[in-house]
Amino acid sequence: MSTQEWKFTAKDIAAKPDLFLSGHRACAGCGPATVLRLIMKATRGPTIVTQATGCMEIVGSIYPYTSWALPWLHTAFETAAANASGIEAALKIMRKKGKIKDEHVDVIALAGDGGTYDIGLQALSGAVERGHDFLFVLYDNEGYMNTGIQRSSSTPIGASTTTSPAGSVIPGKLEKKKPITDIMLAHGMEYVATATPYYWKDLLSKVRKGLEVDGPAFLHVFSPCPRGWRSEPAKTMEYSKLAVESCVFPLWEAVNGNRQLSTPSKVIALAPQKKKSLKDYLEGQGRFRHLFTPQNNHIVDEIQQATDERWQKLLRQCQTSQP
Amino acid sequence: MSKEKTWKEVSIAAIASKSSVGFLTGDWKTYMPKHDTEKCTNCLVCAMLCPEGAIHFRPEHNKVEFNDNFCKGCGICANECPVKAIVMKMPEEEK
Amino acid sequence: MAQQQIKQTILAMNGDEAIAYAVKQCDVDVVAAYPITPQTIIVEKFSEYVANGEVQTQYVCTESEHSAITACIAAGATGARTFTASASAGLALMHEMLFVTSGARVPVVLAVANRALSAPLNIHGDHSDSMAERDSGWLHIYAENAQEAYDSIIQAFKIAEDVDVSLPIFIGVDGFTISHTLERVDTLPEDVVRRFIGTRSFPMVLTHEGKTVPFKLDPANPMTMGPNALQNFYYEFKRQQEEGMRNAYKKIQEVNSEYAKLSGRSYGNGLIDPYKLDDAEIAIIVIGSTAGTLKVIVDQLRTEGIKAGILRIRTFRPFPVDEIKNALRNLKAVAVMDKSMSPGGLGAAVFSEVRNALYDAAHRPIIVSYIFGLGGRDSSPNDLRRIYDDLARIAKSGQAEKTVTYFGLRE
Repeated sequence: MSTQEWKFTAKDIAAKPDLFLSGHRACAGCGPATVLRLIMKATRGPTIVTQATGCMEIVGSIYPYTSWALPWLHTAFETAAANASGIEAALKIMRKKGKIKDEHVDVIALAGDGGTYDIGLQALSGAVERGHDFLFVLYDNEGYMNTGIQRSSSTPIGASTTTSPAGSVIPGKLEKKKPITDIMLAHGMEYVATATPYYWKDLLSKVRKGLEVDGPAFLHVFSPCPRGWRSEPAKTMEYSKLAVESCVFPLWEAVNGNRQLSTPSKVIALAPQKKKSLKDYLEGQGRFRHLFTPQNNHIVDEIQQATDERWQKLLRQCQTSQP
Repeated sequence: MSKEKTWKEVSIAAIASKSSVGFLTGDWKTYMPKHDTEKCTNCLVCAMLCPEGAIHFRPEHNKVEFNDNFCKGCGICANECPVKAIVMKMPEEEK
Repeated sequence: MAQQQIKQTILAMNGDEAIAYAVKQCDVDVVAAYPITPQTIIVEKFSEYVANGEVQTQYVCTESEHSAITACIAAGATGARTFTASASAGLALMHEMLFVTSGARVPVVLAVANRALSAPLNIHGDHSDSMAERDSGWLHIYAENAQEAYDSIIQAFKIAEDVDVSLPIFIGVDGFTISHTLERVDTLPEDVVRRFIGTRSFPMVLTHEGKTVPFKLDPANPMTMGPNALQNFYYEFKRQQEEGMRNAYKKIQEVNSEYAKLSGRSYGNGLIDPYKLDDAEIAIIVIGSTAGTLKVIVDQLRTEGIKAGILRIRTFRPFPVDEIKNALRNLKAVAVMDKSMSPGGLGAAVFSEVRNALYDAAHRPIIVSYIFGLGGRDSSPNDLRRIYDDLARIAKSGQAEKTVTYFGLRE
């Protein structure tokens, strides 16, 4: 990683032309669309993007149109990391042989939670183990939204989806969200971080840091989906913010395994009274509506407890990993 | 159908031939942002968070511009504006 | 025929080694692969070349065949010359991506050491694996021996990378029978091979920026590869892909004769390889190494005055319909041997194709199906001779008692 930190202002970013272009067909208020726009604003030079099948792959590439100003490849759902492996391997050898221009090209792989936690996990693990130089960005909207809001292993406990519907017997998804960043950290990656678009500056600088790593880097971007979460499109960024403030999705980065809280979460760690209640985060989302009934209220309490425990654990991890 | 390209004319392997900036999504919206330039502080939070890339900063005029051709009317900009310089309105309300 | 001016080196190699050796000579940029019997020797041997600095190749040891073929697609899309190898379950795991490879028009070369599919698990040779990929849009060439495996790999890059073809290609070798059997292989000097195939060239494509540029991922000329094409366009792209197949029909023949000038070796016209068929009355149609065994039998039958022949189909996709029609025009009875099954169907893949090809021919021989060799079940020359005996009876009587025979099965 570069020792010089990338400094930028909103005006600098606004002045950079979009590389994920207007005219894409994402739903109004789409969190991942903002995520992709912002990520591409953090690129630093020649870049090739590859993307797993999913909402954000479809909306930007309906023939004959494209929303990609960068070279872009899609092959299948589970293949983002394998694509990145092939691209990176080709660039490396062709550069060595003088078949292409002698310059570094960044490789970014994009996938949703389905393409990362579930069907794409094997390819991701393999590509990271092999040490390919690429940044894998997971835009996590907590479900298979493209196929009509089914549960993934990223869907949080209690959420109602079309394959974990809240019924009279089963109150939505019964299983916990898989700890994907722990899994990636266990690969011994040089850079693993979390981000969310409301904290756009944090997101952009983490993308840049991930690109600067000479090897694989992983960025987990929490990306609210108004369609799948049954939330108001205008409130997409509010949920992005509330997820951090309620410690449902804390922001941190780990360089060589050393976890450090990022500013928005550090603020809460230093002033715990600023921590918002889980209810503030859950309440406006239709996917959790069934939890706010007398019979299911205990589930909210249980999720609150689990969230607190995860936050405390993270605080300990961040302390112990400080050099 | 007949005006579309034949199999001999389409590009190899479906390489996209048009940029989506030619595909206007502005007609999706019900509400549109009404921007109060007096209140606006040019913090650009709206431009950063817009999913459509429909909000631009014009340094030459030192102001924020909304591109009606792409705005889908989601209201994120109005919701996030720290000085409440943006409100969402029906087009006819505006008149 | 060929002028043998080029000095060739005789090496003792099995089929897998011959393939790895050919790949080494072809200046491949990226090899991405995963081990599976009976293909493994190819990737082992190639790994040695990499470890000893004998090749300038980025070797990607993937965690599955699915990622191996995917990495090849992506590397090929970036402009690299790519190779992978697989068999059986590995090829089946690639299934989804095989369609992506051909649809994305990436000229990957894939050596298949043909092997049975589970269950029950069986590591031995038959054609179940690649026949199951018949409609994946790949070119299919099957070699008869290690020499042809070597020659076909070299030809494969030239065919697949031709801008009018731009399709991926399988080179099939019978598991163990070819893959693991030591044979004499005459090899060309590396510089001759490289001149023959040249460097990769690219079709030109008009991008969304309005530029006409080489078809590959290049930051200087961005393009969107692998988009969605809906009801209004998908069909046109599939038809365009078919044109690549039709162009390959000619290209395979051209490359076969160009290669013959260089090496002195050719395989029929590249599509079909007939043996003593001109005046034959009965013949066996087969793919792969079995043709070698049949030649011994045919030679014997000829000494007995029986007009027997062989038609080896070398190229299964594109399927050489006209060549087969023409080659069978004077025959009385034909047996098509298939090392795979199509459960519930009539006969198997090659039989169906041959019979279909002859449906509107003016003269049709009687055509029967012989399923054989499944899971590596051996057929001795004496066993195989019985098929010609059957054909002689059919030719004489003018009718076949049954259409499909499970040859070599305990019944």
